[in-house]
Amino acid sequence: MTQLSFQLKGSVVTAIVLELYRYSGAQFADELAAKVRQAPMFFQQTPVVISLEKLETDLLTIDFPEAIALCRDFGLRPMAFRGGPDAAKAILEAAGLVQIPVGQGRAAMPEPAPPEPVAAVEPEVVVRTVIEEKLVHRPSKIITRPIRSGQQVYAQGSDLIVMAAVSEGAEILADGHIHVYGALRGRALAGVRGDVQARIFCQSLEAELVSVAGNFKLSDSLRELTWKAPAQVYLQDDTLHVGAL
Amino acid sequence: MAKIIVVTSGKGGVGKTTSSAAIGTGLALRGFKTAIIDFDVGLRNLDLIMGCERRVVYDFVNVINKEATLNQALIKDKRTPNLFILPASQTRDKDALSQEGVQAVLNELSRDFDYIVCDSPAGIEKGAQMALYYADIAVVVTNPEVSSVRDSDRILGILQSKTRRVEAGEEPVQEHLLLTRYNPARVQAGEMLSVQDVEDILAIPLIGVIPESEAVLKASNQGMPVILDQETEAGQAYSDAVARLLGDAVEHRFLDVQKKGFFKRLLGGK
Repeated sequence: MTQLSFQLKGSVVTAIVLELYRYSGAQFADELAAKVRQAPMFFQQTPVVISLEKLETDLLTIDFPEAIALCRDFGLRPMAFRGGPDAAKAILEAAGLVQIPVGQGRAAMPEPAPPEPVAAVEPEVVVRTVIEEKLVHRPSKIITRPIRSGQQVYAQGSDLIVMAAVSEGAEILADGHIHVYGALRGRALAGVRGDVQARIFCQSLEAELVSVAGNFKLSDSLRELTWKAPAQVYLQDDTLHVGAL
Repeated sequence: MAKIIVVTSGKGGVGKTTSSAAIGTGLALRGFKTAIIDFDVGLRNLDLIMGCERRVVYDFVNVINKEATLNQALIKDKRTPNLFILPASQTRDKDALSQEGVQAVLNELSRDFDYIVCDSPAGIEKGAQMALYYADIAVVVTNPEVSSVRDSDRILGILQSKTRRVEAGEEPVQEHLLLTRYNPARVQAGEMLSVQDVEDILAIPLIGVIPESEAVLKASNQGMPVILDQETEAGQAYSDAVARLLGDAVEHRFLDVQKKGFFKRLLGGK
């Protein structure tokens, strides 16, 4: 048999659903901006399905191309619409996205046409697209061995948990929080992509440098605060605070 | 199949060559056929410490470049049976070592020998990396002093990431801490890091504590591994370390300040 260049398979795709209740360009943009501030890590070209099932206003008044453009500006990638009256199909598809019916949420692909008699018979293919609402969970990075001098560990898009000591001369970074269940003797930088809510927790603060979202303190200033004791480092009103755990 | 032990440290001058000579000799004394290889190309000193510098004809680099066979280059130790030394080249430098060359030599030695001790040069560059790449066991020699501890920590990081075992997904290299030049009196006075301090920072099992001893300098100059001088504390401490390496549980000696009795002080003994 000749080698195929592709195959159609049944698959389940998970995506976030953006439930639309009403729409006005300015309000939509403001609310998106607020959500981005709350959870910037979420808006990294995340695929979304725009659900029209709970729409309270008239669908015809909505400027869909504008809505889609705003989503893209804020880091969301609308893949499709879900729900809405069948009559609106033309309008939605003019905006560039497909409309997926609710209820079964499934679409059966028509079976392929019978092949030429020469080639072997192709198997029946049914494609079912199921869209589920699922919370995006990026698991924390866990390190169980000591982090040695000269090593660098970066937990991208998540928290970092270290179950041993971090040696002097080592560097640990995370987009989220940092937990060190041991002595922190090296450098720790939390919230490196700008998350000001990130914190650093350790069982014994002996660090060379600690930083949250770019605001740092060196060991000289740390020695006057909670030194060689369980501590947490956090940002409050743009100042770095070091407190006892 | 031989077990490959690398004696490394990161920091220079802490006692790697002294320890390689002592451990290699200790293993040979217990009946294991042992080879000690000097990886410090260009700054060789294992041959001096072992007392065979006048019998060096061919060296490690000659064997790698196929200018001599392993049998021609290996020097049989005159004092201890089962012990052989492969000296380094003095005229060339670390670039003369190649991964394939080192692997070929180690494979050939593995066929006949029980233990291969690799005396690493100081630093973390090519020479040191070559020495530790094929290791099964690592003895990290550390002085109870801050820069030595930090450099040992760095070397431990490299042992955990840049060895054949790690790259092949096998069990990691067995790490052991050998604390050298330990002086209990200075530890008590708070001038020197204690065993506990070093263990806290490095967090690897302790295989031995070698006390600071004048016997080490004397042994180097005489070209005799200090483990053969069993009257000295250093020699005895190395014997204990070799026993622990082979799996015996031996209590650590020489950790506390020795109280000299009246006669000892009178006669000036140590």
